[in-house]
Amino acid sequence: MDNLKKAILTSLWFMFLTFPLMVVRVNTIEKIVQWRFMNMVYVGVGAFVLSYVWRYLLAKRQIGESRDETGGGRRSFGARLLSEPRLYVPGLAALGLAALAFPLAGSMYQVNIMITALIYVVLALGLNIVVGLSGLLVLGYAAFYAVGAYTYALLNHHFGLGFWTVLPIGAGMGALFGILLGTPVLRLRGDYLAIVTLGFGEIIRLVLENWSDFSMGPSGISGIDRPSLFGMQLSVNGSTIYMYYIMIGLMLLTIFFTNRLKNSRIGRAWIALREDEIACQAMGIDKTRTKLTAFALGAAWAGLMGVVFAGKTVFVNPASFTFLESAMILAMVVLGGMGSIVGVVLGALVLILLPEFLRDFALYRMLIFGAAMVLVMVLRPQGLISGERKVYRFQAGEGSHE
Amino acid sequence: MDYFLELFFGGLTRGSIYALIAVGYTMVYGIIELINFAHGEIYMIGAFTALVVAGVLTALGLPALAILAVALAAAIVWSAAYGFTVEKIAYKPLRTAPRLSPLISAIGMSIFLQNYVMLAQTSDFLPFPKLLPEIGFLKPYRAVIGTSEIFIILATALSCAGLTLFIKFTRMGKAMRATAQNRKMALLVGVNVDRVISLTFIIGSSLAAVGGVLIASHIGQINFMIGFLAGIKAFTAAVLGGIGSIPGAMLGGLVLGWTESFATGYVSSDYEDVFAFLLLVLILIFRPSGILGKAPTQKV
Repeated sequence: MDNLKKAILTSLWFMFLTFPLMVVRVNTIEKIVQWRFMNMVYVGVGAFVLSYVWRYLLAKRQIGESRDETGGGRRSFGARLLSEPRLYVPGLAALGLAALAFPLAGSMYQVNIMITALIYVVLALGLNIVVGLSGLLVLGYAAFYAVGAYTYALLNHHFGLGFWTVLPIGAGMGALFGILLGTPVLRLRGDYLAIVTLGFGEIIRLVLENWSDFSMGPSGISGIDRPSLFGMQLSVNGSTIYMYYIMIGLMLLTIFFTNRLKNSRIGRAWIALREDEIACQAMGIDKTRTKLTAFALGAAWAGLMGVVFAGKTVFVNPASFTFLESAMILAMVVLGGMGSIVGVVLGALVLILLPEFLRDFALYRMLIFGAAMVLVMVLRPQGLISGERKVYRFQAGEGSHE
Repeated sequence: MDYFLELFFGGLTRGSIYALIAVGYTMVYGIIELINFAHGEIYMIGAFTALVVAGVLTALGLPALAILAVALAAAIVWSAAYGFTVEKIAYKPLRTAPRLSPLISAIGMSIFLQNYVMLAQTSDFLPFPKLLPEIGFLKPYRAVIGTSEIFIILATALSCAGLTLFIKFTRMGKAMRATAQNRKMALLVGVNVDRVISLTFIIGSSLAAVGGVLIASHIGQINFMIGFLAGIKAFTAAVLGGIGSIPGAMLGGLVLGWTESFATGYVSSDYEDVFAFLLLVLILIFRPSGILGKAPTQKV
């Protein structure tokens, strides 16, 4: 009875809330007012049902939390899958085969979407170094992505340099900008750092937009060369497939690299820095240098992907590097689970592919997307897969050496 | 001199709006340490509500002043309601979550609200009626300062003064200050923290609505995206002034408004937004706690 009352109240509240915007539509010039009362009914019924679902989900989350606290909960299926080679090796092999065969089976459109998704996977993995491992909140990641893309676009446009030559240059430029921007701001605390990076991101985009002599302004640079295969220029379809395999390769490289980094000396320093800065300094870790390495490495990845992006779309303009882009990449990292590589890959794939699956609801796509972001955060604040730390255990009673 | 004055008042107007929005950011940050990314959207919703209400009332043929009053009141009420609801849905369940989670939730909320307004209303720019009346004797000075600018500056000054008095002298204001200082301790001495947080969102949203209606009427058109840039700028203003400090947010708004106005007037109009962000970056590098903010002491 109590639930029913709550649901009715929620429903009434949302009807009140959405009344002016959902029901009325005015045309101030011709002074016409249009009333759409049917919408009110939809909102009322929708809010009534959702109120039940919402409370059910929240209650479920609470049970999950208390079980985690007592420690008696069994490990989730996902965690078990990831920890037992018997389970994940065949799965991984199947996934790898499917990924390799994909361009033969899918249409060009689908391959293109997959390339985009893979670019974001790598970007998210790069940002994961900065945000997930080192705990430095960066809201202007797209700026480094832009640096890479424009490096290739400009070098190709003016000097005709090829994709493979610029790829390392792009990464280097990303890292350089990371260091340049990082040096003065890294002593700032969490949220301030976030805002400064947001500011830098916007500055770079606005400069690209307005400094027409340098970057050709808002109209961007077109006619960039696609990557060549041993000096051969491929057809459009051929180069798309080629690009797909390049991206698979780069993604594997990134996963390998970040995975090794995570448990390396510097990786452990990052994690320690994230957990407690002061304790970290007391242990003799050079705070500034460690942070700067993270910043530069993360930016290098963005630069690298920028080059790939420019090579894929053969056109760059500043509109591709807005704050929303940075927010999206950050959302992938947080949604997937900060610090967890599998989680971040999953988060990126979900965020890029979900809107594609929602294409049937084209209009409602971003609406659902925003709501899904809120929902996942509320129900699983730690992300889809929470990052697991390597734990060193002493085996009791086992004597000296293993 | 006229040009200087024009820029001065232009900056003051702009800065007033930033200040009105920035107060919402700074209050929320002061209490729950969250960058409320959906705040810009609340401002946009305020402007849209006023547009709808004004449209209906104009069709009914009410006098201009009555339309202004009712539209403004409606914008405040609905914006406050939205702010309250957003907090309950997207932030309250995340009180104890890792720090980045509410931020992502806020970004999601912001995307949701933008698209909600786009679908419920339209994606085009809508003309916004001139709600603010023209004062006759000011006509000769129009090049320097318009009537709507005077209204905006006055309304901002009044709102800010009201808010300051509220925070300083009422019981609820005291509770808010206590919560901002130390949430756990406030809880222990019997402050209803949940209610304080709700109230913070309501006040912040109301002020944003006032800003939204005034600027929409001043500029004359709105669209569902206006909240984004205004939100980021206002946040810049809040950081500029020292986040968490209410007078700081007001001052930060004005400084930002003037910087933009003079820089575009005397240097280059292409780089309007660059100046704002440049100012932010410089302030944060040389005075990280903002103009009026206190440097945080770190406890071990």
